[in-house]
Amino acid sequence: MLEIKNLHVSIGGKEILKGLNLSITAGQVHAIMGPNGSGKSTLSYVLAGRAGYDITQGSITYNGEDLGALPPEARAAKGVFLAMQYPVEIPGVTTMMFLKSALNAQRRARGESELDAIGVLKTVRRKAAALNVSEEMLKRALNVGFSGGEKKRLEILQMSLFEPKLAILDETDSGLDIDALKLVAEGVNALRDPARAMLVITHYQRLLDYIVPDRIHVLAGGRIVAEGGKELALELEAKGYDQIVKDAA
Amino acid sequence: MSSAAAPEINKQTKETVAALGEKYKYGFVTDIEMTRAPKGLSEDTVRYISAAKNEPDWMLEWRLAAYRRWVQMKEPDWARVHYPRIDYQNAYYYAAPKNTPLKKSLDEVDPKLLETYNKLGIPLNEQMALAGVAVDAVFDSVSVATTFTDKLNEAGVIFCPISEAIRDYPDMVRKYLGTVVPVSDNFFATLNSAVFSDGTFVYVPKGVRCPMELSTYFRINASETGQFERTLIVAEEGSYVSYLEGCTAPKRDENQLHAAVVELVALEAAEIKYSTVQNWYPGDENGLGGIYNFVTKRGDCRGDRSKISWTQVETGSAITWKYPSCILRGDDSVGEFYSIAIANHYQQADTGTKMIHLGKNTRSRIISKGISAGRAQNTYRGLVSVHARAENARNFTQCDSLLMGGQCGAHTVPYIESRNSSARIEHEATTSKIAEDQLFYCQARGLGAEEAVALIVNGFCKEVLQQLPMEFAVEAQKLVGISLEGSVG
Ligand SMILES: Nc1ncnc2c1ncn2[C@@H]1O[C@H](COP(=O)(O)OP(=O)(O)OP(=O)(O)O)[C@@H](O)[C@H]1O
Ligand SMILES: [Mg+2]
Repeated sequence: MLEIKNLHVSIGGKEILKGLNLSITAGQVHAIMGPNGSGKSTLSYVLAGRAGYDITQGSITYNGEDLGALPPEARAAKGVFLAMQYPVEIPGVTTMMFLKSALNAQRRARGESELDAIGVLKTVRRKAAALNVSEEMLKRALNVGFSGGEKKRLEILQMSLFEPKLAILDETDSGLDIDALKLVAEGVNALRDPARAMLVITHYQRLLDYIVPDRIHVLAGGRIVAEGGKELALELEAKGYDQIVKDAA
Repeated sequence: MSSAAAPEINKQTKETVAALGEKYKYGFVTDIEMTRAPKGLSEDTVRYISAAKNEPDWMLEWRLAAYRRWVQMKEPDWARVHYPRIDYQNAYYYAAPKNTPLKKSLDEVDPKLLETYNKLGIPLNEQMALAGVAVDAVFDSVSVATTFTDKLNEAGVIFCPISEAIRDYPDMVRKYLGTVVPVSDNFFATLNSAVFSDGTFVYVPKGVRCPMELSTYFRINASETGQFERTLIVAEEGSYVSYLEGCTAPKRDENQLHAAVVELVALEAAEIKYSTVQNWYPGDENGLGGIYNFVTKRGDCRGDRSKISWTQVETGSAITWKYPSCILRGDDSVGEFYSIAIANHYQQADTGTKMIHLGKNTRSRIISKGISAGRAQNTYRGLVSVHARAENARNFTQCDSLLMGGQCGAHTVPYIESRNSSARIEHEATTSKIAEDQLFYCQARGLGAEEAVALIVNGFCKEVLQQLPMEFAVEAQKLVGISLEGSVG
């Protein structure tokens, strides 16, 4: 489903990703771990198509298509979803209004019929209940004044609403209390599907107890430096990144 | 006001734009024969207009007095707007569609006119049925269709072209006309007083709550025809009325002058809500053409506990010069001004309000949202004046500016005069930009760049949009998006 080859990415002329290789097949969940500043969020933004993240070398292929050539909204319509590390506030736009506009924009781009307000409302309410997102939150301006955990839960609500094919979760677990972590993990697991792939970025092995990955990649210095099964997370926890990076070298 | 969904409108817009090779949706001209007053402005022009309207002598005299005053006045130059000198002798001051005496039903209306309205997305039939809005459609200078009169008659509400009111209710018109905006008020208002072509008269009797929103569509159609609309709304003791004014104009290369005057009178405990969506031709991307909009709008809270509320969404015109104001004469009276002014490309907007506190315990509230894009200049100019007698006057002002790109400008010019130490005046102002991360967030969730901008800007304007009646709010939201098309790379 996703094939990243020798990816080099620069921001403002500064190279952040330096020859990254990664491939995920449909039905799999992969985790990315790595020290602060190693380029995890950069990778997630590049996949989602953020402006200013220049691909200087290499390629990203998504379902056989060159992802790098598409604007972010086209990627979203084709099923790429990024749950952001720092969700953005949009004053004056109610969460419900935002969800409806986004969902219908995606549907329109795919040539599907738009859902009416009542249809969206029903679906959102159902999914929100499962994630403990309150009715009141849906009426408030998007992310404005939301607590860190509320913002993260709203990201997962969007994932469950848009039903993406490739979901990238950038530190969705940071800032979540134990109960919320479980809810979010349940939400993610409910979306596990043979037709869907997920890339979970995290610092904590704890999340991987709930969302068991098929593969773990360690990102350091803009490259994947180690890979393994779910037991790699435990090893990381025990040894720390320094040692793993040294071992790999 | 149409029931079509936003994407449908967007699609239509795009198609029209593609067809015209222009950004303006409403740029078309209806091919209907016009009757015109001779070019230029003189006492004869004034007499021509008055005669064409079958006006009584007092009205002609009133106009002539205004004209004589006007020739001695100078065009104001204090606003932050720039335009080539207007040659007032090189314009037509009156145009009426030929052979269109007042029609009582839609069946009698020229199908071409109806077609024009349809293109604008304001099919009268549909509106009557769906929105329950009484529509007095002004096509150029003559009203051609008035609807819902029966229901209004029942309530005793008068809603008619002002030309008709001058003939049918001369005493009422004489009593109030020019009492809020005096004939000599300012250059443009005086010009309007001399040559106003038509407009609307509303009278709401004592204790009556007007049973529906009153709505008038103005539309400039004849080339080089200045538009001088005149509106007078009188709300008697304890009455309420909500009036909607919406405007679109076809594309023209010559600049067109528009100088309307609106007067509102609210007597004791009366409330008038006046909402405008202004979408006149703003000129093209290079600043060519577009309407010059020099408007004088003023409301007089003449009675105690009266209230006047202005809400405006200004997206059109090459130049906007407009300061809807409230004179808070009655004790405990309330004035409100909610404004969205969008200026894109080479548009210039200098708009704001004046709140004149004369009575005790008078309160005013000003919420202004200015959005500038392209090379536009957007100025908020506001005056809060508290007179000596106005014990405990209160004002709250909030001016927010949103800039898109680095070549536009936003300016805030608040004037405060207070002659009473018990007054409390609060002023807040912010300037911001649409953040790149907001745009990206929206796009990553599937919204196109323009749709994302429209959404974010609508969020920025929310407090004002909320003040609009429901059907108008929908149209206004669409307009916000359309006006900013082409403002993101
Ligand atoms: N706009 C930018 N301009 C310059 N450098 C940037 C920019 N954005 C990110 N960087 C740099 O790129 C590097 C990688 O950042 P990134 O956010 O991808 O790290 P991360 O792995 O997600 O870290 P964390 O675990 O702290 O979230 C960092 O050194 C960061 O300072
Ligand atoms: Mg990060």
